[in-house]
Amino acid sequence: MVDKIVIKNLNCFFGDIHSIKSLNVTVFENEILGIIGPSNSGKTTFLRTLNRLNDLNIKFKKNGNVFLDAQDIYDIDTETLRKRVGMVFALPLPLPLSVFENIAYGPRRHGIKDRKKLENIVEKSLVASFLWDEVKDRLEEPAMKLSGGQQQRLCLARTLATTPDVILFDEPCSGLDPISTAKVEETMIELKKKYTIILVTNNTKQAARVSDRVAFFLMGELIEIDKTEKIFTNPKDKRTNDYISGRFG
Amino acid sequence: MNPKLVQKIAFTVLFLVTLIIIIPVVIILFIIVKEGYSAITLEFLTSIPKDGMRGGGIFPAIIGTFSLVLCATSFALPIGVLSAIYLNEYAKDNLLTRVIKLSIVNLAGVPSVVYGLFGLGLFVIYLNFGVSILAGALTLFIMELPCIVTTSGGALNSVPQSFREASLSLGVSKWQTIRHIVLPNALPGIMTGAILGLSRIAGETAPILFTAAAFYVPRLPTSIFDQVMALPYHLYIISTQIPNMPKNLTYGTALVLLIIVLAISFSAISIRYYFRRKKKW
Repeated sequence: MVDKIVIKNLNCFFGDIHSIKSLNVTVFENEILGIIGPSNSGKTTFLRTLNRLNDLNIKFKKNGNVFLDAQDIYDIDTETLRKRVGMVFALPLPLPLSVFENIAYGPRRHGIKDRKKLENIVEKSLVASFLWDEVKDRLEEPAMKLSGGQQQRLCLARTLATTPDVILFDEPCSGLDPISTAKVEETMIELKKKYTIILVTNNTKQAARVSDRVAFFLMGELIEIDKTEKIFTNPKDKRTNDYISGRFG
Repeated sequence: MNPKLVQKIAFTVLFLVTLIIIIPVVIILFIIVKEGYSAITLEFLTSIPKDGMRGGGIFPAIIGTFSLVLCATSFALPIGVLSAIYLNEYAKDNLLTRVIKLSIVNLAGVPSVVYGLFGLGLFVIYLNFGVSILAGALTLFIMELPCIVTTSGGALNSVPQSFREASLSLGVSKWQTIRHIVLPNALPGIMTGAILGLSRIAGETAPILFTAAAFYVPRLPTSIFDQVMALPYHLYIISTQIPNMPKNLTYGTALVLLIIVLAISFSAISIRYYFRRKKKW
């Protein structure tokens, strides 16, 4: 297994709040790493550190290092980093553009102007996010008109269009019905052949269904990380056990 | 007392107090329309004043007001919008930013006659533009700025932060995000603000009193260094300085000014309404 992302002694702060405490984790290439934990345990902060979206918040401070393919992410300019580390947000966030333009948006801004090339990227991305059949005749419609589940897969397609190698999912199914959720999950399992995926979820069952490994965060600390079966059948830490069996959180 | 009755009394009082707001609007409109409508003819709108203002029309004043307002807005719009983008999207919250924001608030609070004196000192005398459209427009421009900066800032702020994050998360740069996502979605709000700023300065008298307005110019301006007649100033002149002024011409002039200002505001409201219905989120 190849190390894709290596996090060394990472601490994150928002003002006085210490939201991630001395974190050391390695994410392997082509795995789905599930991240579970009650709210306020630093899961989302962790994800947003990886593509430096936290830097938008002026109160954010961090120390420690994050390496992507052995290169410190603070040595990569943010545009390149975010192209390589895509993100799908908790709520579907289509831009106020058509379906086609939503997906072509990233490639266009990165300098692709040729219409044929863009059409090709849009189709490939929609096929990869299992949305093509549903929207191929609706490409010119506003993206906001799609259903919630379709919008979320559209956002995934938009991320894929910038050809990342890591995809961060931040509770991608929190606003979706069970059928849409199943589709997004299938998509993720399909995608891990080509991408490295980190999935933050409040739904422990979802983590169990799709992840190869699961990390349990509590109050900004990584309590335990292990193979999914191990975490769900025989966790080392009592707190992990309490959380997955629903005794708190 | 019974709470239901108290509530009823309270609501009635609130309603009656609110009703007071519309009374002055109705009375002003009623008097001006009643006294002035007989003056409104095609000739009144398209000819120059005659008989020492006691006859003829107000065409030069209409043109003068339009040229001042359009000239001022064409300075104020780019500068106001660009500084709003800087203040909203780029500026860090430091002393300089706070000083700039405070200046904008103060600029909005300066009495209009002070703008007039400032324009006289700086543009007319020091920069030697003379009493001219340029000097008047620059004075109005400074007066219009706070309105445009404030409303543009509000329009930029109302574009959801999540759009910015979605765009940035694709590796799109900050400037591209502003250019392709934030600005297009803030545009209706910015336009509404610009038009409201425009209608605010269209009726101003004091700032153009010493900087642009002429008592009587029997021809249309040919360059920005010409003096012009302007509706608000013309109205002031004919209602205070001309003996035996026909009353309907005074009210007619007021009516034209009022209609222009209301039409500008109304177009701002229609733009806002149109885009709100088209809004995609």
